[in-house]
This record gives sequence, structure tokens and C-alpha cells, in this order.
Amino acid sequence: MEALQNLLHGFAIGLTPSILVYAFIGCVIGTLVGMLPGVGPLAGISLLLPATFGLNPVVGIILLAGVYYGAMYGGSTTSILMRIPGEAASVMTCVDGYAMTQQGRAGPALAIAAIGSFVAGTVSTVGLMFLAPALAEFALRFGPPEYTALLLFGIFMLAYMSTSSMSKMLAMEVVGLLLGMIGIDAMTGHTRFTFGVVSLGDGVGIVPVVVGLFGLSEILLTATDNAKARPAKPSLSQLVPTRQDLLESVAPITRGSLLGFLIGTIPGSAHVISSFISYGLEKKLSAHPERFGKGAIEGVAGPESANNAAATGAFVPMLALGIPTGPITAVMLAALIVHGITPGPTLIQEQPTLFWGFVASMYIGNVVLLILNLPMIGLFVNLLRIPYSYLYPCIICFCLVAVYCVQNNVVDVWITLVAGIAGYALRKLGYDVAPIALGLVLAPMLELSVRQSLAMSAGSYSIFIERPIALTLILALALLIVFATRPFRSLSDWRKSAGLMSE
Amino acid sequence: VSRILSCRSDRVSGALLLLLALFVLWQNLSYPLGNLAEPGAGFVPLFLGLALAAVSMAIIFGGGSSRSLKVIGWAEAPRVVLILAAFAGAALALERVGYRLTIFGLLVFLIGVVERKPVIPTATAAIGFSALTYFVFVHLLEVQLPRGPLGL
Repeated sequence: MEALQNLLHGFAIGLTPSILVYAFIGCVIGTLVGMLPGVGPLAGISLLLPATFGLNPVVGIILLAGVYYGAMYGGSTTSILMRIPGEAASVMTCVDGYAMTQQGRAGPALAIAAIGSFVAGTVSTVGLMFLAPALAEFALRFGPPEYTALLLFGIFMLAYMSTSSMSKMLAMEVVGLLLGMIGIDAMTGHTRFTFGVVSLGDGVGIVPVVVGLFGLSEILLTATDNAKARPAKPSLSQLVPTRQDLLESVAPITRGSLLGFLIGTIPGSAHVISSFISYGLEKKLSAHPERFGKGAIEGVAGPESANNAAATGAFVPMLALGIPTGPITAVMLAALIVHGITPGPTLIQEQPTLFWGFVASMYIGNVVLLILNLPMIGLFVNLLRIPYSYLYPCIICFCLVAVYCVQNNVVDVWITLVAGIAGYALRKLGYDVAPIALGLVLAPMLELSVRQSLAMSAGSYSIFIERPIALTLILALALLIVFATRPFRSLSDWRKSAGLMSE
Repeated sequence: VSRILSCRSDRVSGALLLLLALFVLWQNLSYPLGNLAEPGAGFVPLFLGLALAAVSMAIIFGGGSSRSLKVIGWAEAPRVVLILAAFAGAALALERVGYRLTIFGLLVFLIGVVERKPVIPTATAAIGFSALTYFVFVHLLEVQLPRGPLGL
């Protein structure tokens, strides 16, 4: 009952004209960002971050959240029409979505993707509304040892749940954590790894690193990509799915929503992983698995619902614990910090307007996105007709200005350049660079909690096993390490069947 | 060069990460480690450096079957160098000549020189984009952008 009262309060905030306008702008930008290859939700949010500095924090976070889940909707459009995933979570949608387009069924594929995204977005917002406050209340019992155990568990979980090699993921996480060590040590005042650059005293900012690793490196990787594909532009009447399409999509959408939300709450590239697992699950449950890859609508409905639900699920630990589960939520936490809001278990109690306004805006945003992605799809498809040779120089300019605006410091632009080169090289060599961004954000939290824990116990590591919550998390971590080691590798066969590991 | 290109990609990347780990550990020697009850500034970086060295070794030893650098393909490399040079030039110019001139120059270089597009569309895109984004950022979003000696 209290949740419903709070939600009504949230709607009172969310339905104010200024919030509605910014939620709409966020959804439009997100849809565009999701559609454009080379600008994923992470780069889109980072580019827009400086623009939120002058806004009220509630408006700012609602704008950025709109970009995030808008990108999840938009990513499906290029996957279905052109077989180009606008962002990584839409890779699985390419398979059956594009097959449907080739069969002249692009309209129903786009409609089911939008409907699935809407249902998943709404269901997972209900989950966020009930789960986040409960988790935040529980997290009030957390001290430094519990945070240390939770962060270590999260870091290892990210590597375990990854789509690439575990050792490479762990290496990228450690590189991110090391980047987070640059600057003045908060506890002793020592300057570390700055090499005489005064601007590095405050540390390396998340925005220049993220824009370089994801935005600039993506441009570099697609530098010779000048495909002149002309995407199909379905009319409104072609978008209506048949009764059979709807019946076949109900169960995949329901399963995708629940699965995506649960996966979204655990660390990792949840929206990507959830779409892979959902596709694998639907194929396994189908009476006709041979249809998958040849235009099965369940192959669109499940993964699209799952990636949208995971996007919302990722907000649970972010808002309840103040811990990001991925680089996107890390940048959004950075936005809150810039506005003077301290993320953590007390955020929901201390900032009810922000939390409930945010929840209400997600319901509103899902309705806005359904409208944007069905009747207005033709308008957005026009954007895909801009030649890439004109588009990518403009994206590079956006990268430059967005990074510079954060602190009006040209050192950040140089950091972006270095991160861009590193991101390009690492991605060419088969590394996932997302853990670097996550490590960068988690580093100060991890270092502080480790040192505080040891100070509390006068240097005894037993503090991590004497407290029940920390012990549980350490045992879960140990179990994960056991599963990841070679003798027990057969237990992790689910990763293969879900498509997370090559056979 | 051909000898380097024939190396296994994971072995090369693992070796570079190992070098980074060793550099971190060497740099970390100048920071106090403290003790367990009162860890110093070098305490956590020491563990991270050791962890990076360990996973780098795992990548090197497990990388025998990875693709060679040659197989990966570097066809886009010349254009990558041009784009990076343009970005570095823009970073140098931004505070010296101002936002609008920098963005104009960057777009002319990338669209006109790198992509070899005709003069009029290139100039239109460069002038239009630099003026429009300046208006949006400075006047609508109230973000400060640098102006050069010409006030541009």
C-alpha cells in the first residue's frame, strides 16, 4: 500500500510538463542512439551527461534513463531491417528478425519487438518498485566487510557470466581497477600514478574513458564500413501482427521479461547476456527448434523482452545499494554524484522524489517508446539513410565536445584519445572493454571498503568470515571460482547451451 | 613485421598486459604499503598488479590456439591513423582556436580529405554542424565552450 502511495507521488512528479518533455527527449535520443551503429547506449549517455549538469537531478536522471531504455527499443530496428545490431543486446534479434524481413514480414517483427519491449519494460518496473526499497532496507546492515565481499563477488560474477574468455575479462577488470587507483589516495593523501600531470590528481573520469573505449573505438573499428544499404520502410498497416504471431509471442515475452529482470540485477553485461540466454531458452522449449534462424517470431519476442527487462533490472542494485552492475549504470551513478546525491542504501529514503519520480517516469517512458517505435518508425528509418561517411565525423565531434564539457579540461580529450586507441586494439584482439569502465567506478569503493575492513579488525582477514552476510557472499564467490575451474567445467555447460561460450 | 604478425594474438596481448603489470608493480614501489591494520596507498595497487600479472600469464599460456595477428586483419589501419591524427589535432586546437573553428576544420578534414566528398556538401556539413552544435550547447544547454582569438 505504501508503495502505491509512493508511486502516486512519483506520478505527480513524473507527469509534470518539464519531466514529460525531458522523458520524451530522452526516449527520442535513446531510440536514435540505439539505431545508429557505433553509438550504443553507453556512449549516448556519456555524450549527454554534460548536458544534464545544469538540470535538476530528477530531470537529469530521467533524461539519461530515457536514453538507456530508448536505446534498447531502438536497437531492434536496425537488427530487424538491416541485420546490423545498433547495440550489442540486439545481436540475437538479427537472426530471426532479419529472416522475417527477407520474408516480407518486417512489420510484424518490429511490432512484436516493440510490444515485447513495452511489456518487459512495464513488468520489470513493477519489480524495481517492490524489490529496490526492500533490498535497500536489507543493505543498511552492510558494513565495509560486506561491501568488500559483495564487490569481489560482483567482479568475479561479471567474468563468469561473460561471453568471452574469463581470464581476459578478469584482466580487463583489473586494468579498470588500476585506472581507478590514479590520483590522490583519499585515506593518506598520497598522489599515485599521475606522472606529474596535475589534472590527474582528481583521478581519471569515467566519461572520457567510456567515450574513448566505446564511442571512438567503434568509429575506428568501422572506419572502412561504407555500406550503402537502403533499409525497408514498413507502413503502419504492415505493422499489425497476425493473431498467430501474437499467440506465439505471449509465452516468450513473459519468460523473457522475468528472466531479463532477474539477470539484470546481477553484475555483467546483463542486457546482452539475457538476450542470448532467452534465445537459447526459447529454442530449447520450442516444439519446432528448426524454425529458429529462419524467421521464428519467438526468436524476436524473447530476446527483445529480455534485454529491456534487464535494462530495468540493472537499476535495482544501482538505486538500492549504490553499486553499478555495468558501465551504463556506473555512468548514471556518476551523474547522481555530480548533482551532490550520494548513492547507497539510504538513497530511496533520503531522495524519495528522485526514486519514485524515476519509477513513474519509466512507466511513462515505456508508453512513449511504444508510440515512437510503432507509428513513427518510418520517420526514424530515414536516419539510417544518412551516408556513414557524413555520420561518423559528426559522431567524433560529439565525442570531443561531450568529453571536454564535463570539466572544461582538454586533458580529458587526450584521455579519450588514449582510451580510443586502447579500446580499438583490445577489441581487435578479442577483449570485452566494458569491465574496464566498471572497474574504474568500483575501484574507489573496493579500496575504501578493503582498507576500512582491515582497520576495523586490526589487520585480521577473519573479519570477512566472521560476519554472516560477508561469509555468505565469500562462500558464493568460492563456489563460483570452483565452477570456473577446469575439473568442474562440465557443470558450466549451461553457458554453452545459452550461447555464451563457443562449443 | 611479418614475424610479429605471425604471433598468436593472445600471446602478444598477454605479454603486453604482463609488461603493464610489471610497470605498475615497479611504480608502486614508491608508495607506502603500510601494514595490515593500517594499509597504505600502495597496498591495493600491489594486489592488483600481482593479480594482473597472474591473469596475463594465464592468457599467455592459454593463448596457443588463438588467431595470429595477421589473420585478424588490419585493413582499416591507415584510415584509423588519419582519424586519430585528426582527433589529436582537434585536441591541440580546441582551446587555441576555439570550438567552432576546430570542429569546422575537423569535419572538413574527415569528410573532405579522408572520405573525399565534394567541396560544397563538405563545407555545408562543416559550417552547419559547428554552428548548430555551438548554438545548442552554449545557448540552449548553457555549456561553456572555448572561443579562440577571433571570437569563434
